[in-house]
Amino acid sequence: MIKQKNTYFKFLGLVLLSLMIFTSCEREVSEDAVPAIFPTTAEVYTDNPVGLTDEFFISFDPSAGANPESFGTDENEAYLGSSSIRIDVPSPNNPNGNFVGGIFIDRGEGRDLTGYNALTFWVKGSTTATVGQFGFGSDFDQDKFPASVNNIELSTDWKKVIIPIPDPSKLTQEKGMFLFSAGALNLDVDPGQNNTIDLGYTFWIDEIKFEDLGTIGQYRPKINNGENETTEGFLDVPIELDGFTQTANTGSGEDVTVNASANYFNFSSSNTDVATVDGSGLVSVIGTGQATITAEMGGIQAEGSLTLNVEGGFNFAPTPTRPAEDVVSIFSDAYQDIPVTRYNSFFEPFQTTLGGVQPVGPENIISYTDLNFVGIVFNDVTFPAEAVQPVNATDLTHLHIDVNVQEELQDSDRLLLELTNYGTSETTGSYLISGDQLLEDDWVSFDIPLSQFSGLTDKNRIGLLLFNSESGPNNPTISNIFLDNIYFYTE
Amino acid sequence: MNQLHINMKYIPILMLFSICLVSCELDETQEVVTLNTLVWADEFDVDGAPNPENWNFEIGDGTDQGIPGWGNNELQYYTDRPENVKVENGMLVITARQENFEGSNYTSARLTTQNLFEKKYGRFEARIKVPYGKGYWPAFWMLGEDSDGEVWPQIGEIDIMECLGDEPTAMFGTIHGPGYSGGESISKEYILQNNRFDTNFHVFGIEWSPNRINFYVDDKLYQSLTPEDVDEETDGEGEWVFNDREFYIILNIAVGGNLPGAPNANTVFPQSMFVDYVRVYE
Repeated sequence: MIKQKNTYFKFLGLVLLSLMIFTSCEREVSEDAVPAIFPTTAEVYTDNPVGLTDEFFISFDPSAGANPESFGTDENEAYLGSSSIRIDVPSPNNPNGNFVGGIFIDRGEGRDLTGYNALTFWVKGSTTATVGQFGFGSDFDQDKFPASVNNIELSTDWKKVIIPIPDPSKLTQEKGMFLFSAGALNLDVDPGQNNTIDLGYTFWIDEIKFEDLGTIGQYRPKINNGENETTEGFLDVPIELDGFTQTANTGSGEDVTVNASANYFNFSSSNTDVATVDGSGLVSVIGTGQATITAEMGGIQAEGSLTLNVEGGFNFAPTPTRPAEDVVSIFSDAYQDIPVTRYNSFFEPFQTTLGGVQPVGPENIISYTDLNFVGIVFNDVTFPAEAVQPVNATDLTHLHIDVNVQEELQDSDRLLLELTNYGTSETTGSYLISGDQLLEDDWVSFDIPLSQFSGLTDKNRIGLLLFNSESGPNNPTISNIFLDNIYFYTE
Repeated sequence: MNQLHINMKYIPILMLFSICLVSCELDETQEVVTLNTLVWADEFDVDGAPNPENWNFEIGDGTDQGIPGWGNNELQYYTDRPENVKVENGMLVITARQENFEGSNYTSARLTTQNLFEKKYGRFEARIKVPYGKGYWPAFWMLGEDSDGEVWPQIGEIDIMECLGDEPTAMFGTIHGPGYSGGESISKEYILQNNRFDTNFHVFGIEWSPNRINFYVDDKLYQSLTPEDVDEETDGEGEWVFNDREFYIILNIAVGGNLPGAPNANTVFPQSMFVDYVRVYE
């Protein structure tokens, strides 16, 4: 029906338009309604910027590597009309910055985009490169409703990109009209792939506008990446939900998944005596029991949920008090950690240990399960592709570690700590913690003089801390353990 | 029937006035009206199993019928379970599921009016919303009754609506007969402008009279076929078989097979085809 009305407009003009307004079934505006005061302009760029700020293009921070010189317009290329936006993506070693990206902002107080359901534009590349990100909803101020698609593959001919608006009803006053980010580095995000493009390239964008497309449908919002997850929650330890997407099917039959701000979702908790959730997806844990956090967008239930089982507060390890200048930290929220290759070595084939760094609210601990042995790797030998500098502990005197056993202790329990120095020859020293020095479900702090790691003759390139609970081959003792505040220091 | 073409030009205007002055319904029925006497209908108003006075079920993967994969390498096993077919909220709901059943990976349903309602000529139409995604192949179609022992394609086939789930704005109408069957059938695609077949209901119909079948979607006539068209398409080899016998109605969702291809990881299961009504006029 809508289409027929439009066709009719074209042929019969304003006289009948007015007739239709008086007699048609368009919903009438209630007298109580506050008229929309923000413009509904659809166009963002045609042959010129439309209603944008004088700056037109506002670059991401050049100090973070964004190259503001790479943006311009091109009078010789256009999908429609006489000009297009031209982006010269810099090569990785460009001294002016190795990626290009930024936003366009409405020059007024924002636009009412509730009558549209997609941002669309045409794009063409000098090569079939992949652009990292296109989107809208970022204004470098409130950034309330960002929405973007990732890894759009260019064609050397013009092609149309459709970015569905996750929930248009939210965009009553939006200033963020467009966003893009592109760089050769973006092509190299997939480790192990060597066939990436390291050269710069050019792409053109034209006819950027918001549209109301009847060909978009089948909306499928997701939180938590669509997963239904159950986890332990702790009193007063907030949890930030993530994995927010909206997927829609376009007229070509293609599913487009948009990374959507949490602000597009309406969250709810099944038990507000246990957990509450705010509009940004931040879950506050306020009581014991079980609560499930779910969400909906535009009247459609989102896939994915987070169920929290809360028994009490989290028992954190004691906060370290040593001055930072005396410390070289491997793992602690109290200090700046040195670069570490892996917090779980996943040594093959005999290691069974799972787990690693585990966020607990804003803090982190290390949680190992199925422990037999596991290493924290911080050297340039074990995994050459992930090399980091080992620790020169020549002037350091102690190793600190907090240990919390997550199971009932047995007489035979033991935890052997081994430090390896990667000097001209490898030397390893060990220190044994016996089960009677440990506690179930509580922290014990150890301050071990490095001189007590028997066999550690050199300590100028310490690069591996190994935990071994085996009492003889294939006979692990402690299986489940929390660790925290692992650092060397000078007394 | 030529009158129909002339009328079509004025329909948008007539409809507009009718909208403006009379109706607030957004689901206006089509306006290609020359046959207006209702002779058979199922409005699907009674919840539960489909009315057995109107509908038979075809069960299985086609093996029992001698055409495994129903002649198209389709992947579904048809059942009459409520999981696959039921009447609910005024709709016939045919649901395709991904499940292991009797050696197939998908289940669905296929209903026919064979031996219950068969008719030659008339206006056959249904209001339908289809599923979406790669591998879905919903259809509203007709086959000629074969009590005289004739076999397809001599009995004729009229596909009033077929959709492919990965083309949500497209549908097509087709006739099959001797000399123009299967991949050689005579068919035309219709593309919705700014709308989809899986998010809104649409009316699919034919007006079938001696020596002519008109195909329409909503108020749009998009194909009119005559024996002359068959002659032209087949270099005189094809035979018009649509003046010969009564036809019965079929509603189904197929999954996979030669035409749509197999479902992929993005295909959502289960999904349903919703049929608001099937009506036959003369």
